[in-house]
Amino acid sequence: MAFETVIGLEVHAQLSTRSKIFCACSTAFGASPNENTCPVCTGMPGVLPVLNRKAVEFTIRTALATSCAVQRRSVFARKNYFYPDLPKAYQISQYELPIALGGHIDIEVDGGTRRIGITRIHMEEDAGKLIHEGEFAGAQASLADLNRCSVPLMEIVSEPDMRTPEEGGAYLRRLHDVLVYLGVCDGNMEEGSFRCDANVSVRPVGREAFGTKVELKNMNSYRNVEKALEYEVRRQVELIEDGGEVVQETRLWDANAGVTVSMRRKEEAHDYRYFPDPDLLPLIVDDSWVEELRGTIPEMPAEKIARLEAQYGIPRYDAGILASTRALADFFEASAAIYGGNPKTTANECVHWKDAVLAGTLSPETIAHAVEDRERGTISATASKKLVELVLSTGKPFRTLRDEQGLTQLSDASALDLLVDKVLAASPKEVEAYRAGKEGLLSFFVGQVMKESRGKANPKVVREVLKRKLG
Amino acid sequence: MAITREEVLHVARLARLALSDDEAGRLGGQLSAILDYVKQLDRLDTRDVVPTSHAVEKGTPMRDDVVEPFGDREALLANAPDRLNDCFRVPRIIED
Repeated sequence: MAFETVIGLEVHAQLSTRSKIFCACSTAFGASPNENTCPVCTGMPGVLPVLNRKAVEFTIRTALATSCAVQRRSVFARKNYFYPDLPKAYQISQYELPIALGGHIDIEVDGGTRRIGITRIHMEEDAGKLIHEGEFAGAQASLADLNRCSVPLMEIVSEPDMRTPEEGGAYLRRLHDVLVYLGVCDGNMEEGSFRCDANVSVRPVGREAFGTKVELKNMNSYRNVEKALEYEVRRQVELIEDGGEVVQETRLWDANAGVTVSMRRKEEAHDYRYFPDPDLLPLIVDDSWVEELRGTIPEMPAEKIARLEAQYGIPRYDAGILASTRALADFFEASAAIYGGNPKTTANECVHWKDAVLAGTLSPETIAHAVEDRERGTISATASKKLVELVLSTGKPFRTLRDEQGLTQLSDASALDLLVDKVLAASPKEVEAYRAGKEGLLSFFVGQVMKESRGKANPKVVREVLKRKLG
Repeated sequence: MAITREEVLHVARLARLALSDDEAGRLGGQLSAILDYVKQLDRLDTRDVVPTSHAVEKGTPMRDDVVEPFGDREALLANAPDRLNDCFRVPRIIED
């Protein structure tokens, strides 16, 4: 029997605000335990939460960039459960009335475009972190660090529209790029700024009804998400083929073992008793605010890729690499504006020096000059690479270094004439053999001229001059 | 509108309350009385009334994204029954 996979993804993205969602504590990563806490985020009696406007703004911008309908009125609700990383014993979230509904993003797979629906986007607060006192059996206590409590998150829930693990990975990458482009999330997966849970099920091809779904957690990289989905799909198919049944449960991805492991067998049916938080009035978003924010939405990755391809005539693949980081694409365009030439070469250089570009240690001029000098034949590809490295280590301008280092190559045919004549005069036998039909000797002559010029001659021009003289 | 004993015990478990048989019976009666009281609303036609979540229908106020450190971690930790250095110390969490 052939099976079809059904995948839906839930992404929790940390909003890049300076302060928390309901209090003025810092959201900075890496503070000492409980340094960024106050009576509000630690749930002391009598305190009141006050919503961070920036967090709302970031969520609205995300909603607009993903074609969601921003809701004029949304309501914060309490999700009740006991856990030591949650000092209030409830998480403030949005439930029945989230801030955004019904959008989509387009992903590219196998050369085609697929539209993945977004069910909803809602705002909520993060919980704290538990450090287990010693990982050995019998440890008696856990330690709570509440710095992350009330750090603003948005949860972006997709429709169950993905049919392969690759589509899941493509959706995550695209969503990640959109958030980073917008500047609403730093996208750092290691620090937990961009987290993903997956719902996955399988069904016989052609059947309408969904199979029993399993929730996957603990996947902290794109690669792990894809691997976990692949494993889980295989597990479910084998289970069904062996006459078993998939159990609705939460499973954790164990990256070291490469398997998913059941987390809670007896899923005490989640009974979170959501209810509107009496401490927070409804969030009202007026149209003028939404329109104002609409004007701040930059070009999105998919649009940028299409434009770079059309405007610069570079391959879609290259455009995709450049557009994967807004700063890299901007750098490419700045370089191409300084020297038009062949944008494909400029694109290659930008990708080659990507790390330095993103670290801000290279200027668009450097790449533009490197490409221009190479295309004009003033320097060789090897010299170009060496010079860019020197720019990075010395901070001097590219062309100053080029002249100081004497790395310009001889491309002037008349100047090369003399060298070529000298080489030909010194090798009469080879010249005779070449003229008698041994054309392979051309490389020998090129080598001799290069040697004579101490590597400075432009091999392409040397070849042309030689052919003319020997022809 | 009597609520069942099972419902009383379920709600008590969610709230981490250990009730004696006696208490479960008494609280069940009280909860039923409260629900019956609210049930009077069923006599009204509320089909076109939006559920009220808050007494005043205006938007929640918002604050600017400015950091103001509280600056007294000791005061917060002092409220906890147990601590280790700058962390709250809690009974070990056992995942089933």
